[in-house]
Amino acid sequence: MKVIIPGPLRSYTREREVEAAGDTLAALLADLDRRYPGLRFRVIDEQDGMRPHMRFFVNGAQVFDASHALRPGDEVQIVQALSGG
Amino acid sequence: MVQTRKSAQRTATSRNGKNLRNRSRGGGGVLMLVATRKGAWLYLGDPARKLWRADGPHFLGHIVNHLVLDPRDGRTLLAAAKTGHLGPTVFRSTDFGRNWKEAKRPPAFPKTREGEKGRVVDHTFWLTPGHASETGTWYAGTSPHGLFRSEDGGASWEPLAGLNDNPQYRDWMGGPQDGTPDGPKLHSIIVDPRNPAHLYLGMSSGGVHESTDGGRNWAPLVDGLEVVEGLDAANIAFHDPHCVQLCPSNPDRLFQQNHCGIYRIDRPSRTWVRVGRKMPKQVGDIGFPVTVHPRDADTAWVFPMDGTRVWPRTSPGGAPCAYVTRDGGKTWQRLDSGLPKNQAWWTVKRQAMAADARDPVGLYFGTTSGELWMSGNEGKRWDAIAQHLPEIYAVETGEAH
Repeated sequence: MKVIIPGPLRSYTREREVEAAGDTLAALLADLDRRYPGLRFRVIDEQDGMRPHMRFFVNGAQVFDASHALRPGDEVQIVQALSGG
Repeated sequence: MVQTRKSAQRTATSRNGKNLRNRSRGGGGVLMLVATRKGAWLYLGDPARKLWRADGPHFLGHIVNHLVLDPRDGRTLLAAAKTGHLGPTVFRSTDFGRNWKEAKRPPAFPKTREGEKGRVVDHTFWLTPGHASETGTWYAGTSPHGLFRSEDGGASWEPLAGLNDNPQYRDWMGGPQDGTPDGPKLHSIIVDPRNPAHLYLGMSSGGVHESTDGGRNWAPLVDGLEVVEGLDAANIAFHDPHCVQLCPSNPDRLFQQNHCGIYRIDRPSRTWVRVGRKMPKQVGDIGFPVTVHPRDADTAWVFPMDGTRVWPRTSPGGAPCAYVTRDGGKTWQRLDSGLPKNQAWWTVKRQAMAADARDPVGLYFGTTSGELWMSGNEGKRWDAIAQHLPEIYAVETGEAH
């Protein structure tokens, strides 16, 4: 499925849109990390929690739990919150 | 992740208007490593330390807490970084910053069992190269408090459970409510140059601690240290060392800038002596950094800050100055020639003052207002090297090979 990558993470993917697979958001992030080593740790911490200020959207709806189920054809978007200075 | 710095970012600076010839990277000379809230810079000095070439920014937009050159090879750099919203990591370069690689496994606490609340590294705060005999070994201190070790040059990091998971130490470390507003820090990781197993470290809200077995076991080293009025000095959690440095010429002597004064300890004694009481009363002995002379264990420098009332942490009276002792803390002399005399409300963070190993010793500091200053004569006279940098978190020096 299509995954849209925010700017700060494109040093890993080089592209704004990439493909990854997984039946849950957690599995998808693991797949992304296999393809782009190190990416997962920048958005998910060592306790498998979503890092503060990172947002995950599936088909335009924000999800807050990495166990959220995914289906083929879903579109996942990783967004960083607009904050900071 | 590999990042290649564009050659267009290379700029030359000169203190006297002369053009600098392009010098090969790492071709010898004093190197200043500047870590800021928005990136990192390398400043390479000429042999006279009068002309400085700026190389940067590296990691523009990233929060870089510490940038350190490995003295064992003179060309490996490690940078502790966090990109705002993204998680923390460590970057490594073996070609003097031309290319960087991210750590495969940055410092991170172990995953806890289901139902247990685990800790998360917010950022790596401090980097220390290991002993000269342990090539590739590094130590990292994190926020919240955590101690990590790498044995492969910073590519992967393992937690040191002897500290991180010791129940007594977990109690002393406290939680988020116990730390500084931007998080508690594990800092001042020191490796005894005589013995790789002999380590010291400091914990903001947690005291100074020592290990003699490579970090497996630790013991507090806080006797003689004072704590904030009204608190119990017997409670290790109330101790707040800001910066601890070991004297290279006499590794049994350490100086400490604490939240509550300037101290010196001479091992094997376990008691710190508050040598800062000899500082002028109108200046006080509160500050963040302390820097020691590379060859004279009686000489150390501090950068006082205002610790009165609400703790502005700015230069006392708006008049920045360093102070030096050349007799182990018995007497102190003010060093402010060249520095602004008023309305300069500077803060110099605990990692943002450093000395080189030249003769006379060069001193360097960076302010949170983005100014970089140096003295080529041990503080007798200061000159500005750079302005308009982002908030400076750390300044280190090295000898570029």
